[in-house]
Amino acid sequence: MNSKLGRWTLAVLAHVALVLAWYLFVELGSVPKFVMPSPGATLDALLQPNYSWWTNIAVTGTEIFGGYLLALAIGVALALVFTWSKPLEAFFMPLLVSLNMIPKVALGPLIIVWFKYGILPNSVMAFSIAVFPILLTTARGLREIEPELLDLVRSLKGSRWQLFTKIQLPGALPYILSGMKVGAILAVAGAIVGEFLGSDKGLGYLMLQVQVTLDTPAMFMAVLLITLIGMVLYGIVLALERWLVPKDARVG
Amino acid sequence: MAEPFIRLRGVRKVYGEHLAISDATFDVMPGELVSLVGPSGCGKSTLLKVLAGLHSHDGGEVHIGSATHPFDPARDVGMVFQAPLLLKWRRVLQNVLLPAEILGLPSKESNDRARHLLQLVGLAGNEDKYPYELSGGMQQRAAIARALVHDPKLVLMDEPFGALDALTREKMNLELLRIWREAGKTIIFVTHGISEAVFLGTRVVVLTAGPARMADNFEVELPRPRTLDIKTHERFGEYTRRIYRLLGME
Repeated sequence: MNSKLGRWTLAVLAHVALVLAWYLFVELGSVPKFVMPSPGATLDALLQPNYSWWTNIAVTGTEIFGGYLLALAIGVALALVFTWSKPLEAFFMPLLVSLNMIPKVALGPLIIVWFKYGILPNSVMAFSIAVFPILLTTARGLREIEPELLDLVRSLKGSRWQLFTKIQLPGALPYILSGMKVGAILAVAGAIVGEFLGSDKGLGYLMLQVQVTLDTPAMFMAVLLITLIGMVLYGIVLALERWLVPKDARVG
Repeated sequence: MAEPFIRLRGVRKVYGEHLAISDATFDVMPGELVSLVGPSGCGKSTLLKVLAGLHSHDGGEVHIGSATHPFDPARDVGMVFQAPLLLKWRRVLQNVLLPAEILGLPSKESNDRARHLLQLVGLAGNEDKYPYELSGGMQQRAAIARALVHDPKLVLMDEPFGALDALTREKMNLELLRIWREAGKTIIFVTHGISEAVFLGTRVVVLTAGPARMADNFEVELPRPRTLDIKTHERFGEYTRRIYRLLGME
């Protein structure tokens, strides 16, 4: 218990120390504001109504969470289909591994051509980058399940749904969650890149807007908020893992 | 004369070019504990899967059930494997309940039964533990309780003690005999341990590999209930020598 408290204290201290170092660097080094704003100036930007923080947070958050949830649903579903059919897996899996090699960022301009501006193409961007780790780790987790366990259920004439809910899903869960953690970080990057490439709302878009006037405090604030959205998503995944997976079964 | 519970006549199983079982012919009476013994690749696990309804057979006749002991393939099979294969995310009691859940049995009765079975296999007090908190032998006990929870008529065991250390294995053999006496099930016990096969079985069926065939099928006439003493019994030695000879080791 004591050591846990100690770790928390250290974690908070490290963050505070970084902000302090940032403050001292700017103040003592007389760094111009347009190069690096102080923590105070960054916080001030949050109070300016003309940045429409809430709207932009909502837009970027929707893109990230939307794309991520879609990646989770499709990634797990595809991996499951592959366990039902060996030929399907043998046909699609190598293809998916190749598709995974495409730098998804390079698809950005195309996605904009296909889906126009706005929340949808940026969600698609987040989806396309987050779906592969989730799919590949889920497929791996489903493969790791002992075939005798499936025999046990089949010998009782259990249904495919029972097999999925009682054995496969919980069995693959440590892997799914490990893929979800990787996917969470990538989904954030995907949505922001989408906003950079073409968008008229969102935190990434705002950064490009204020860049023109060298408004670095707003840019700093935008990065902070993007990070916070990512931390919320990652935190949810970690909490899910804590809740669903016994400690000795966690992966990665 | 009573009717056999299982009747196998010339059962054959082929995988592509590979002949896994040929001409398996034997009867199992209700309540018997039959040891299937043979080297790796002799088709003993395959035969078990045929009996479990997981594999089809390519020739011969497989008949399970009789007028006095009807058999429902969907719910009268319990299985134990070499690995305990407990679900890591479930506590022991919930692990034991898995077959009952799959079959949709009433939960109150199943719960009582699972607790009773955990007592039978010597795991009372461990209901709420996770599998990783149990030793290998204890995990296998839980797996046996799981195989019995839906009250199946036939229990199929595929080298259930093969992964245990020698001492634990001896202990589990005695435990299995006790559980078998108390639960009154028909058990097919696959093993490559020759003395284990003789020690446990009311009957021993010997399978050989390359070519896969059934080499022998004999009743074991040793006193019951069996204790470790019978291993020094003259006839015990004769039975084991008989199997060694069939497997070309003497």
